[in-house]
Amino acid sequence: MITVESLTKRYGETTVVDDVSLTVERNSISVIVGTSGSGKSTLLRMINRLVEPTSGRVLIDGRDTRSEPAHLLRRRIGYVIQGHGLFPHRTVAENIATVPRLLGWDERRIEARVTELLEVFSLDPASYADALPHQLSGGQQQRVGVARALAAEPVVLLMDEPFGALDPIIRAKAQDDLLDIQRRFGTTVVLVTHDMDEAFRLGDRVAVMSGGRLLQYDRPAVLLTRPADPFVSRMTGLADRAMRLLSLVTAGEAALPGASDGPAVAPTASLREVLSELLWCGADSARVVDADGTVRGRLTVAAILAHGRP
Amino acid sequence: MSGARPGAARIDPLGVLLVAAGAAALLFLPFVVFKANRIVPGDPRTLAQVLPAWAALGCAAVLAAAALTALWVANARARLLLALAAVATLALAAAAAGDALTPPGDRIVRIAPGGAFWVLLVCLGLLATDATTRLRPGPGVRVLFLAASLAVAGLALAHGTFDHLSVMREYAVNAARFAREARQHLKLAFGSLAAAAVVGLPLGVLCHRAPKLRPGILATLNVIETIPAIALFGILMAPLAALAAAVPFAEQLGIRGIGAAPAVVALFLYSLLPIVANTVAGLKRVSRAAVEAAHGMGMTSWQVLTQVELILALPVILTGVRVVLVQNIGMVTVAALIGGGGLGAFVFQGIGQTAIDLVLLGAIPIVTLAFFAALVLDALVEVLEP
Repeated sequence: MITVESLTKRYGETTVVDDVSLTVERNSISVIVGTSGSGKSTLLRMINRLVEPTSGRVLIDGRDTRSEPAHLLRRRIGYVIQGHGLFPHRTVAENIATVPRLLGWDERRIEARVTELLEVFSLDPASYADALPHQLSGGQQQRVGVARALAAEPVVLLMDEPFGALDPIIRAKAQDDLLDIQRRFGTTVVLVTHDMDEAFRLGDRVAVMSGGRLLQYDRPAVLLTRPADPFVSRMTGLADRAMRLLSLVTAGEAALPGASDGPAVAPTASLREVLSELLWCGADSARVVDADGTVRGRLTVAAILAHGRP
Repeated sequence: MSGARPGAARIDPLGVLLVAAGAAALLFLPFVVFKANRIVPGDPRTLAQVLPAWAALGCAAVLAAAALTALWVANARARLLLALAAVATLALAAAAAGDALTPPGDRIVRIAPGGAFWVLLVCLGLLATDATTRLRPGPGVRVLFLAASLAVAGLALAHGTFDHLSVMREYAVNAARFAREARQHLKLAFGSLAAAAVVGLPLGVLCHRAPKLRPGILATLNVIETIPAIALFGILMAPLAALAAAVPFAEQLGIRGIGAAPAVVALFLYSLLPIVANTVAGLKRVSRAAVEAAHGMGMTSWQVLTQVELILALPVILTGVRVVLVQNIGMVTVAALIGGGGLGAFVFQGIGQTAIDLVLLGAIPIVTLAFFAALVLDALVEVLEP
């Protein structure tokens, strides 16, 4: 759990982050969104003390981050930046081994961990461990960047626009991978982005920042239905807020008992996707069917539309 | 001659230039100069005058083959091979001329390679360099080639092939001193480089980390760079002499107004700019994301510097070292003027005595040394470049 208490950062007269407090629950993903200059990156960088706060403090699992030297703190926190920042002179395996080496793990443990992570990120160790970063594609470099950040089993992972440099298709895949990884390792993730779609897709909670202030920090649905500030509604988008709301609920969650002869949809599909499918087929209802063929219930257009209202 | 016919080679423009220069030199300049002693002006002799007919013909044949290749053969390997063969032929012809023109047991006459020899050597050298550039050999091959040619030249010298040529005559007289001055030359060049690296690297890192200091430091070093070497020696004489007088033991340590001390200090000062400027440029080139990630993962500032920044900046820093080394090897020559020693001693002594052979005894090793230092460091930079 990360507790941010009244964090403020000033450079001379300019206040970049203004009295921000928030709590990130263990095993959850919090996303900080804002326009450029909103102070979101500075807030993130104060958590691992790449930026020292002017006032306020950060606790990780109840422990003040200033209770140990900054470089030792950072070895316990994963950090991923835009453009990956891989070391061009070191192989993929050496890059991933960076923090374990700093921590003085023995070679056997490091090698086992590197192999495990390469497999988790679908990079065949035999062909990629000894490759240099420039020999990889953009998506692979980004995956190695995340693998490197996770190498020493950090409890907290900080990500600063990690998918910003990827093209849309690879970005969607990287976002799915992140969700899988987060579930698998139970990492607490704080991610900074300017992309609201990404925030809604990944965040258990979303913090909206503007001008250094935290405007609202809540579940995505609440940002849509009860925005605390006109700026929040502008960020979330007024025109398609109903569709965004539908995209936050899965078919499995919304399924009602009963049968349907409409098209089959997966329980993991969002209501937005189900509605789109129904419109396309001209059907009134869909069957929610598990991967193994079990029917979980049905979804009617009317039931879906009910979810799109605040 | 139809350029469209496949396989028909076009005339090589560089070849035309080199062949014209070489042919003109052979026609109008002496191949060797015969001097009754080391300082009188000599009599010019052509190739045909100094070699037996069969040897002169053979030599001419090799030179003609090299000329034809330079003009019409595009294959870089053939061009290189013939250029090297012609250089070897030329060297052997000069050595043979020395042997033929020196009366048995005579130690007074001097047989010096003449204008034609030097012009041909330059032309063939350019031909070989051009061919090498076209071949694009890897750094390992280049160093190996360098070592091989050095070995061949060393063997020929040790065997006494060139002993009757004037430069080697000067060497025979000065052998012990030559070794001493060569050592001194290397000591001055590498010593000032080492000192400049020890001071320049941290200074470069400081400039990178504290951008406010950068303009001041670089401007100061730039001003030093513009002072002519002789003037800088002069400027340093007074303070170093004063230092020697004021500080006990300073003189015993070799600190004096003249001699090696001002030379080393001056070379050190000249060396700082390339090292500092290249360190700054190299560090600036390092990916900001990599440095940010390194800090973010918990490397200490020292670890970021030594494990990431300096390693990634190394090729650019070494380029600075190469500039300094070549510059120093040349500039140490001038140190001889203020009693600093080095191979320049032969050069200035030779100028004083109008004994051009003595000048060459100093100048040829200096040029060779600078050339080899440049090639070896170039190869090193290429190996390190990721």
